[in-house]
Amino acid sequence: MKSAVIVFPGSNREGDMVRALKLAGSDAQKVWHAETELPKGTDLVVLPGGFSYGDYLRCGAIAGRAAVMDAVRAHAARGGLVLGVCNGFQILCEAGLLPGILMRNANLKFICHRQFLRVERNDTAFTRNYEKGQAIDVCVAHGEGNYTADEETLKRLEGEGLVAFRYCDAQGRVTADANRNGSMNSIAGIYSEKLNVLGMMPHPENLVEELMGGTDGRGLFESLVSSFPKAA
Amino acid sequence: MKARVTVTLKNGVLDPQGKAIEGALKSLGVEGIAGVRQGKVFDIELETSDRAKAEEALKAACEKLLANTVIENYRVEIA
Repeated sequence: MKSAVIVFPGSNREGDMVRALKLAGSDAQKVWHAETELPKGTDLVVLPGGFSYGDYLRCGAIAGRAAVMDAVRAHAARGGLVLGVCNGFQILCEAGLLPGILMRNANLKFICHRQFLRVERNDTAFTRNYEKGQAIDVCVAHGEGNYTADEETLKRLEGEGLVAFRYCDAQGRVTADANRNGSMNSIAGIYSEKLNVLGMMPHPENLVEELMGGTDGRGLFESLVSSFPKAA
Repeated sequence: MKARVTVTLKNGVLDPQGKAIEGALKSLGVEGIAGVRQGKVFDIELETSDRAKAEEALKAACEKLLANTVIENYRVEIA
């Protein structure tokens, strides 16, 4: 499985992302944002976390309009897989690939801590190696992760099962306390209509080896890799 | 030709920054503030002196980048 991790000025999680992808068995490479085409045979595009363009204007706003994003849009329109994590999620929303927007955390604080997420469905390319309803232990680190959408969009996301992850406690209970950034319906990640684009605020790439203190993030990368036949 | 673009949050969109500023004004003892909403102002210099062209360019700038019309409104004033 070939993956392309897009690097914008101010991205800073691309190294960990490439590492997590390689660990899961993907042929991962970094791609600079000024490119107008993706490397031939790209199966998965990843927009990593960081502070693209210093979060100027709005988080992800400038990166969402970068040259490479037209190629990412075309890839997604073909049904290609796209994953955006943290700033990558913000970029996907600004680029119009996912609905809604990530607003300033409700408590106005940058939050950085371990966080459980409930896996809402496990029949997608991103989550097939998890159990439905499983509480996975990952990390969050963001100042603008407060998922906000209009009522109609929220109803559609819920109705069509497009919520990927919700903030929860260790037992998988979605509580107000677990929703530290104030996201609507405790939303931590959402899918596009065709389930091929996933945006999520938490960092699965932060917990993929015992040395990091946990391995619950691995399932996501292994799910993605196992969605493709192995190269001969 | 000069223009000013003002971007503001739509009604009903929660504005935690505005709320924080409102709280800070209260704690400073500034009286009579009923509410604060934070927005952005862009002062833009245009190459053209043709008003219609300027309007067109500014509309494109707002729609493509300056405002996220999911949550924001914009207003253009040409000097």
